[in-house]
Amino acid sequence: MSSRRSLIAIGDLSRDEITRLLDLGERFAEVMSRDVKKVPTLRGRTVINLFFEASTRTATSFELAGKRLSADVINVKASGSSVEKGESLKDTVLTLAAYQPDVLVIRHAAAGAVAAAARYTDAAVVNAGDGKHEHPTQALLDLYTMRKAIGRLEGLHVAYVGDVLHSRVARSGAIALQTMGATVSFIAPPTLLPRGAAEGLGVHTSHDIADIADADVVYALRMQHERMGKGGFVPSLREYATQYGIGHHRLRPGQRVMHAGPMNRGVEITDQLADDPTALVTAQVEGGMVVRMAVLYDLLSDPQAVRATDAVTEMMAA
Amino acid sequence: MNRDKVLVQRPGPRASLVVRNARLLDPASGIDITDDIVIRDGYIGGDPTGLEEIDGTGLLVVPGFVDPHVHLRTPGREDTEDIGSGSRAAAAGGYVAIAAMPNTDPPVDDAQDLVRLRELAARDAVIGVGFICAITKGQQGSELTEAAELAELGAAALSDDGHPVSNAAVFRRALQYQHLAKLPLALHEEDIDLSAGGAMHEGAVSARLGVGGIPAVSESVAVARDIALASYEDARIHICHVSARQTVDEVRLGKARGVHVTAEVSPHHLLLVDEDCESLDPATRKMNPPLRSTADRDALLAALIDGTIDCIATDHAPHGASEKELPFEEAPFGVTGLETAFASLYTHLVLRGKLPLEILVQRMTADAARVLELPVPTLTEGAVANLAVIDPTAKWVVGADGFQSKSRNSAFLDAKLVGEVQLTIAGGQIAWRR
Repeated sequence: MSSRRSLIAIGDLSRDEITRLLDLGERFAEVMSRDVKKVPTLRGRTVINLFFEASTRTATSFELAGKRLSADVINVKASGSSVEKGESLKDTVLTLAAYQPDVLVIRHAAAGAVAAAARYTDAAVVNAGDGKHEHPTQALLDLYTMRKAIGRLEGLHVAYVGDVLHSRVARSGAIALQTMGATVSFIAPPTLLPRGAAEGLGVHTSHDIADIADADVVYALRMQHERMGKGGFVPSLREYATQYGIGHHRLRPGQRVMHAGPMNRGVEITDQLADDPTALVTAQVEGGMVVRMAVLYDLLSDPQAVRATDAVTEMMAA
Repeated sequence: MNRDKVLVQRPGPRASLVVRNARLLDPASGIDITDDIVIRDGYIGGDPTGLEEIDGTGLLVVPGFVDPHVHLRTPGREDTEDIGSGSRAAAAGGYVAIAAMPNTDPPVDDAQDLVRLRELAARDAVIGVGFICAITKGQQGSELTEAAELAELGAAALSDDGHPVSNAAVFRRALQYQHLAKLPLALHEEDIDLSAGGAMHEGAVSARLGVGGIPAVSESVAVARDIALASYEDARIHICHVSARQTVDEVRLGKARGVHVTAEVSPHHLLLVDEDCESLDPATRKMNPPLRSTADRDALLAALIDGTIDCIATDHAPHGASEKELPFEEAPFGVTGLETAFASLYTHLVLRGKLPLEILVQRMTADAARVLELPVPTLTEGAVANLAVIDPTAKWVVGADGFQSKSRNSAFLDAKLVGEVQLTIAGGQIAWRR
């Protein structure tokens, strides 16, 4: 579909490639622990962040990732741009591509938007979330966070809980985790579990919240009101919270909790748990930036060059 | 009105030629021989003396194809197709008659619209073109159109294609009124609440891709309702573009019970499945009904062979490039099909032994004409020449030489196909010659 130089779907990455990106993220995390948090690696390179849909974490971390690698970073948001005047996705991409960026990072509300955009530019394209389809860098940062907290991915059991139907986080995460040898469960109300998920994604599915008992990681998914439209998928958020909300009462010792944010406190996750220092929510945000540095670095490094981690080692030693 | 007058074609010179030593195949008329076929002054048969001769050795001559379901985008989107270009695309695919759906802008729902289109066809159509009118005014699903008058003026059928009549009481009245107007009712079957927000078949692939799903039952529940109502009112209905095996079951059950129901299936539903949507390219992979599962596809083929599904219809749906250069979920539904229908099915089904050529030809000719009660093309002596001459060994690449259609959103773009239409004679006139 796309050149390997783009990152549109997490399934395009092999186990080795994911491992390499996570390793690279760890090296960048070391750099970030220094006083001067900027490296000259991507000097002279241009990254354009094109966000058709609102984002705090993803937009900020891509911007910071680019800047800390010394790339020129430009942010274009749909509001305040020609998109508001009715410019098409194709024309917007063609316009920005004329500035010859090295990377276009794209977030869009419709599945397939990033694949469509990639047809109109030679720049590497990174999917920063397209509708319910995919969010590959979220999957990478989640894997990074899990590996760092627990020490392994192989054999891990991760249970995604809640609004699976609307979740690109769960979809990309399930694909990436299984690539790495982990087991994945989707635990959701019957109305929020996509038909065919077990067959299509190879995950275990259940409507019973008690089935989180076996999981090493419980991943609470945000109830996505904005994608639900009228007519509600659950009778009420109150009932959802009582049936599926994750709190200390449902967890056994040692289980780790994740959430991609923004959180609906008191709905999919209790206030107390959200603020518990053992939850990995803040660690995910930290991981987001270094993993996105790794992705940008990887896309822009010469594929013929030495392995990326070696290059970083040389760079850091210099 | 005489059903022979439903099709409109521009006047032109009558064809006279002879094809020597070709395989003449007209299953509905019991013809399958290797022989010469003479076309003289637009009619089959007569004295070959002095006529242009075509060496038909190795070629196939069949009755011209009939498509009960195309979109010519006229009026309103003549930039994507018009009667001239659409009929040329059809002729290039071996078609001699097509019926155009009324979901145009504005919809074809009154006498003035129909008369104007028939005038345009008399000027521009290189093959016979019939016009289907709306069941309800503006295809809004509430008020019936003046079907008796439309029938008198030559309407091919009635359909609210793209906008199914959701209100069962309104649809029931349309069935009752059929006893007066006597027009076939061609039904796009979809429960729009069940399919809302969907862009592809609901199943394992949509779950993996995170694209909104259109469940198979959104089609089959509508079909079940309409067969029940047609049975109750003793009316006749034609089910458009069957895509789901549940729908096949409903049609099979309805026919077994003696309900007057016919059905069509498109080449893309017979050849492609939801797995083919991985590219998320809406120009070639997004249509309504959507590409369904392998089990659905197999059930459709079995139903086409056993006659549960009566015929092939392309649902030729041209769209401009910019309309389709959108994210998968945002792009409009529809693919073109007239220029590739025979070759795609011949290449992938006939040559692979999955579908006998005789059945394919009958389902694209006589059976397709009958579902809308159109004249049946035939190779019999004395008939008006409506036929296609096909080279069954010629290989071609879809789109390599461009399209006769104004649009390029073919489900088979860039595909290598076998079987090329060399010559189409429609209504006694040469409509296409390679």
